[in-house]
Amino acid sequence: MAEVKTAQGNGNVVSLRHVSKRFSNGTLALQDMSLDIGKGDFVSLLGPSGCGKSTALRIIAGLGDTTEGQVHWPDGKPERGDIGFVFQEPTLMPWANVFENVWLPRRLDGASKSTVRDEVSEALEMVGLGGFAAAYPRELSGGMKMRVSIARALVTKPKILLMDEPFAALDEITRFKLNDDLLHLWEAHHWTVVFVTHSVFESVYLSNRIVVMAARPGRVAQQLGNDAPHPRGDGFRTSEDYAHLCRNASDALHAAMDEHTTRAEVTA
Amino acid sequence: MNVSPTDPAGGTGPRPAEAAGSRSSKAGNMTSALEETALKSGPDLRAAAERRDRWLRIILPVVILTSAILGWEALVRIQEIPHYILPAPSLIMETLVKDWAVLSGSLITTLQITFAALAVAVAGGVGLAVLFTQSKWVEISFFPFAVILQVTPIIAIAPLILIYVDSIPVALLICAWIVAFFPILSNTTLGLNSADHNLRNLFQLYGASRWQTLWHLQLPAAMPYFLGGLKIAGGLALIGAIVAEFAAGSAGRGAGLAYRILESGYRLNIPRMFAALLLISVTGILIFLTFSLLSHLMLRKWHESAIKREN
Repeated sequence: MAEVKTAQGNGNVVSLRHVSKRFSNGTLALQDMSLDIGKGDFVSLLGPSGCGKSTALRIIAGLGDTTEGQVHWPDGKPERGDIGFVFQEPTLMPWANVFENVWLPRRLDGASKSTVRDEVSEALEMVGLGGFAAAYPRELSGGMKMRVSIARALVTKPKILLMDEPFAALDEITRFKLNDDLLHLWEAHHWTVVFVTHSVFESVYLSNRIVVMAARPGRVAQQLGNDAPHPRGDGFRTSEDYAHLCRNASDALHAAMDEHTTRAEVTA
Repeated sequence: MNVSPTDPAGGTGPRPAEAAGSRSSKAGNMTSALEETALKSGPDLRAAAERRDRWLRIILPVVILTSAILGWEALVRIQEIPHYILPAPSLIMETLVKDWAVLSGSLITTLQITFAALAVAVAGGVGLAVLFTQSKWVEISFFPFAVILQVTPIIAIAPLILIYVDSIPVALLICAWIVAFFPILSNTTLGLNSADHNLRNLFQLYGASRWQTLWHLQLPAAMPYFLGGLKIAGGLALIGAIVAEFAAGSAGRGAGLAYRILESGYRLNIPRMFAALLLISVTGILIFLTFSLLSHLMLRKWHESAIKREN
């Protein structure tokens, strides 16, 4: 198992320090979670449902408070547009066309249509939807809607991109394609990405660090490094390295889940 | 990222309408080359069936309605029913033309009250709905008033309003407003509150102000609900205006259609009574059609209710 380190050694974008989150109904969603996200890192949060991975992501985004612990931003608190967020559903405004949907983050910042035209086009080109600015969401397939959602997250040139199981609802062929495209973009731009998933394969294929989480209470069970070289492609998907990493991640996931079961048995 | 031709996410065509495939109405006449060769007659047959369907949709109601009117006419003539009991449709039309001077004046009065009440109902309903969604305490405090106004039959309050308010047109306006206002308020409130939760989070993430969230998210999300409420309120405003006119029973130059009905009843001028009734029905239908069209025009680009689906 590779030693765990933050990718580029350029310092952290954000760190979670002993973060706990208890919901008002008493559920402990996260327990004492500490995590460093380095600049240019592609970190996957991998775990079964209910392990608090989405909760952790929302806390980083500032959409939820911590009950204990803190979120530390070494370069200062994020400003408007520093965080890009992609939800599990495309979450587009159905009454607005593709252009207006991607414009939204900049529009809320007071940017007029004419000033953002280039930025929006660039973001749309990036996700391969250059000619679709005038289309309405209902005219697009599920994969294309997701691409719009990604373009919207990218339009502000965020310091960190948070993705909450963005491809979970898509069919496998579409998911593979979007995984490839996302990976190529990351290889070109070296954004900082935190990617929540419950797919072992997705986490191994995409990230350079896999944070395996366990449920009830949600916590970090194990962290795995993934030094497989870039660019990754179909060759990587069929390589022995890939199989080996998948087995490791899978074992870690099962260990985390077993730990939970035995714990539950002991307390019962 | 590039959308290659094999990308199932990116669709197979260069244009959005094609990318939507069979899921949108635009794609109705677009079939792939493969389908076209395999099922040459398929689309033609379907198109023919669709054309027939469209014509039947218009012809059938017209034929049934016309035969009902002709049957009425025949019944009156054959049975020699006196016109003060049941006037023939031809006589009603004749009266409508003959008494147009009187009836059109009344129609305008009723229309004025109806649309003034509707305008105030829209302004008040939407305004209050926005206020309700800004603060749940405002909603909790004031919603009971709206419900009380709604559940009390207008015919029971109208005499009171007529006593308290000196000006009859204003009293009529208030009555019509009370009936028309509730569907707009309750529908718009529901609509403003039903904006997608993730979208709300997104607005929060990008530091949107209350005003921005209202303008860019909640109001557009509420539009279909508001338009549904408007369709109901349009009809109700007319009913409210007519009911109030009945309660007021005011005569004179500014009398509405309801008064014409009352007056014709006293004078046993049944054909004119029917003519006034006809005008009220036609007005109601036109109001409904107008708002249905408005709703369609505003929603056709995006809302499920306005989109035809092919299966």
